[in-house]
Amino acid sequence: MNLNAKIPEGPIENKWENHKFRIKLVNPSNRRKYNVIIVGSGLAGASAAATLGELGYNVKCFCYQDSPRRAHSIAAQGGINAAKNYQNDGDSVHRLFYDTIKGGDFRSREANVHRLAELSVNIIDQCVAQGVPFAREYGGLLANRSFGGAQVSRTFYARGQTGQQLLLGAYSALSKQISTGQVQMYTRHEMLDLVLVDDHAKGIITRNLISGEIDAWSADAVILATGGYSNVFFLSTNATGCNVTASYRAYKKGAGFANPCYTQIHPTCIPQSGGHQSKLTLMSESLRNDGRVWVPLNKNDCQSDPRSISDENRDYYLERKYPSFGNLAPRDISSRSAKEVCDEGRGVGPGNRGVYLDFADAISRHGENTIAEKYGNLFDMYERITGENAYKRPMRIYPAPHYTMGGLWVDYNLMSTIPGCFVMGEANFSDHGANRLGASALMQGLADGYFVLPYTLANYLAEVGANKPDPEGEQFKTAKKSVNDQTKKLLSINGNRTVRSFHIELGQIMWNKCGMARNEKGLTEAISQISSLREQFWSDVKVTGKDSDLNQELERAGRVVDFLEFGELLCRDALNRKESCGGHFREEYQSHEGEAERDDENFSHASVWEYKGEKETPIKHKEELEFNVVKPSVRSYK
Amino acid sequence: MRLKLKVWRQKDQLDSGRLVDYQMDNISEDSSFLEMLDLLNESLVEKGDEPIAFDHDCREGICGMCSLTINGIPHGPEKLTTACQLHMRSFKNGETITIEPFRSKPFKITKDLIVDRSAFDKIIEAGGFISVRTGSAPDGNAIPISKSDSDYAMDAAACIGCAACVAACKNSSAMLFTSAKISQLNSLPQGKPEKDRRLLSMVSEMDRSGFGNCTNYGECHAVCPKGISVDFIANLNRDYAKASVKNLLKTIG
Ligand SMILES: Cc1cc2nc3c(=O)[nH]c(=O)nc-3n(C[C@H](O)[C@H](O)[C@H](O)COP(=O)(O)OP(=O)(O)OC[C@H]3O[C@@H](n4cnc5c(N)ncnc54)[C@H](O)[C@@H]3O)c2cc1C
Ligand code: FES
Repeated sequence: MNLNAKIPEGPIENKWENHKFRIKLVNPSNRRKYNVIIVGSGLAGASAAATLGELGYNVKCFCYQDSPRRAHSIAAQGGINAAKNYQNDGDSVHRLFYDTIKGGDFRSREANVHRLAELSVNIIDQCVAQGVPFAREYGGLLANRSFGGAQVSRTFYARGQTGQQLLLGAYSALSKQISTGQVQMYTRHEMLDLVLVDDHAKGIITRNLISGEIDAWSADAVILATGGYSNVFFLSTNATGCNVTASYRAYKKGAGFANPCYTQIHPTCIPQSGGHQSKLTLMSESLRNDGRVWVPLNKNDCQSDPRSISDENRDYYLERKYPSFGNLAPRDISSRSAKEVCDEGRGVGPGNRGVYLDFADAISRHGENTIAEKYGNLFDMYERITGENAYKRPMRIYPAPHYTMGGLWVDYNLMSTIPGCFVMGEANFSDHGANRLGASALMQGLADGYFVLPYTLANYLAEVGANKPDPEGEQFKTAKKSVNDQTKKLLSINGNRTVRSFHIELGQIMWNKCGMARNEKGLTEAISQISSLREQFWSDVKVTGKDSDLNQELERAGRVVDFLEFGELLCRDALNRKESCGGHFREEYQSHEGEAERDDENFSHASVWEYKGEKETPIKHKEELEFNVVKPSVRSYK
Repeated sequence: MRLKLKVWRQKDQLDSGRLVDYQMDNISEDSSFLEMLDLLNESLVEKGDEPIAFDHDCREGICGMCSLTINGIPHGPEKLTTACQLHMRSFKNGETITIEPFRSKPFKITKDLIVDRSAFDKIIEAGGFISVRTGSAPDGNAIPISKSDSDYAMDAAACIGCAACVAACKNSSAMLFTSAKISQLNSLPQGKPEKDRRLLSMVSEMDRSGFGNCTNYGECHAVCPKGISVDFIANLNRDYAKASVKNLLKTIG
């Protein structure tokens, strides 16, 4: 597997500029000769489809929802980072770059991260011009707030609906291109395979979710922007349809899968209330600007009314352990600290799995109205779900799977190890290392889609020339057949267990053995448990209905099939990475104070997995990471 | 909790459809409405029956995918709440609950509780955007926008495109949806150059798709999970008159 990252020469500040100058362009009149497939219409997919359409390429864009506007990006609440330094608080491209590298625990690629920080400023301009109603100050200028892992205020936001507004901005640009016919939009279509011709990605196979039809589509390049795989845990903050299928099928066709074990457990989610639950709900990290996190100092107080517990009897553990970042410590660290105090028996709420996020001080300082203006919708959502009023008593929160830093390996041009298959947004692996900072995923999705891919794709297209194959060709027929075979097989088993019950069981294995803390024994067990669960699935699953029809059970089954294989890969990667870094915490590798201990000597690389066949163990390859600008150090937020 | 459900089942667009009764026991008050349906579906699958098809994705009240009419009200009894955010504590033990799709002429029923709302995308395609080439934007702070203007735009932009407004309206009017998008874009300085064009084109697409006229029932606002105000409709009507006159003069002149 060739893992040449193709990082351009020169000083880090000039790499992207130089690269843009050196790479090939496709001249405007030739662009219409090229056909491009984009799978996904989230921030990454929609922004790329809109931009490529506007440039004159013929674009086909696919999503599984009934409208591109409903992609999971819509749910992002808190905000988007940009190194604008509008607050004059010492921010700069270099600082955002530095914070992201450090936040990622020195496991990301310097050149990509620097480019991301550079492009962050253009994103804000672009979105403002589209009419995204970012929050403003009374003077009419853009407002900012702070997010975890940063000591400056660089997060732009639109109330608690930043993702919604950014996605609607990208969707509006996409809609314009759809109206001119430059982009053809296929909603309720799920990609079920990637098709290679002469080792280049040249098309996809989809299932029409209304009619059940299996179709083949060909193009000059295929771009995946299909989001993250947190739903391998079953319960996560992701939309229920989020899946690993597109990425995983590309992996099976030869795309390297990088760092699957880098998963982010978000510290501020509403705790689970019972077995009926289908998802967990995030309370935006922005709440930590004003909320203080604590648990009772004494176990005996855990079930008391929190308001009756005096200040001396509270443990504001983040402020105690990390005085300079306090409640804004990065996510991995905050989540682990919450787990620790709950493991000590000091958690609150059902099953003692919760900690308080308390706004009493902020309310007495700024008044309830100010807090309501900033976070009103989150407080309302909290009340709807828990039946409790967070203006009156502290919220209860607990960590939950939220984001996945791992993903398909891509080079500097966002191309996977399969030529012609590009990967953007949460689906790729490149920018966040072992831990993503808050408000940086939206930034990355839009940077990839608006500003990076349109250049790097042109370079590839100019090199290979326009030669879209016939979608009736041999490779397409074979791929269609294998998709059809799997569907038939799923429908024919007619066993005793529902698809959902398998997904729940997989999620429990993943959460218990490969969640916030991992160890060799647990991971080894998880791998064998998942493999036997998979066997059970293929002999005992019950999928109702037909293939030639709208069949949500069948859709779910297809996704769970891939999660059941992918979960094992994730555990294998976690087992192999004998160090702790960012969101990957191996209990064997920690300092006396319980902080993650990296092993730079042996693990300063991206682990990239190559699929070797159903019965074979995948092979690990390495992309060694080079740090020329920021020297890896112990990541301290004290 | 113990509940009796009457759920709309319809095989496909051509089928005529009917309400089917189901009995649910042991439902937790903390479970969400959709989680209650998940449990029902699990029990149907276990029996080998086809589960009830319904749309959902984020389950956080933001994607606009869920679209159930519960006891006759789009999104159900709680104000400012989507069906996915509705919890069983809003219902009484022993209650009978009727669950139907979002019904309206322009939205065909695809299956069971799923409808086709693609007409909304067509309205946006007709002009719900500001034409700006990627990379050509001026600095974000180049044009200050007063907080009140920007708050107004945000109030309008909060629409999730779920189409409850259409389902609640006797005329199947899409005016709340359309006017909110137009108000967002037309109130901002960036959106002004295309103001009239946008408005006329989106309104005409709305008519073309078969949505009815607004006769000020206000049901749309009452069911809107985001509380989008009917004032946007009034603004649209006013601006529509102006834009039409201007357009007419232009064609004559
Ligand atoms: C609750 C929540 C809050 C968040 N808040 C923030 C925040 O404040 N700031 C921040 O920076 N980040 C935040 N994030 C993270 C961020 O929202 C995501 O990482 C980001 O939006 C992902 O964008 P994307 O374009 O890569 O993918 P997505 O938005 O997930 O889009 C995926 C697209 O792919 C399509 N798709 C998937 N699989 C298939 C398939 N097999 N076939 C066809 N189509 C397919 C889907 O239909 C969809 O269109 C949050 C995440 C969550 C869950
Ligand atoms: S499922 Fe997203 S709004 Fe209800």
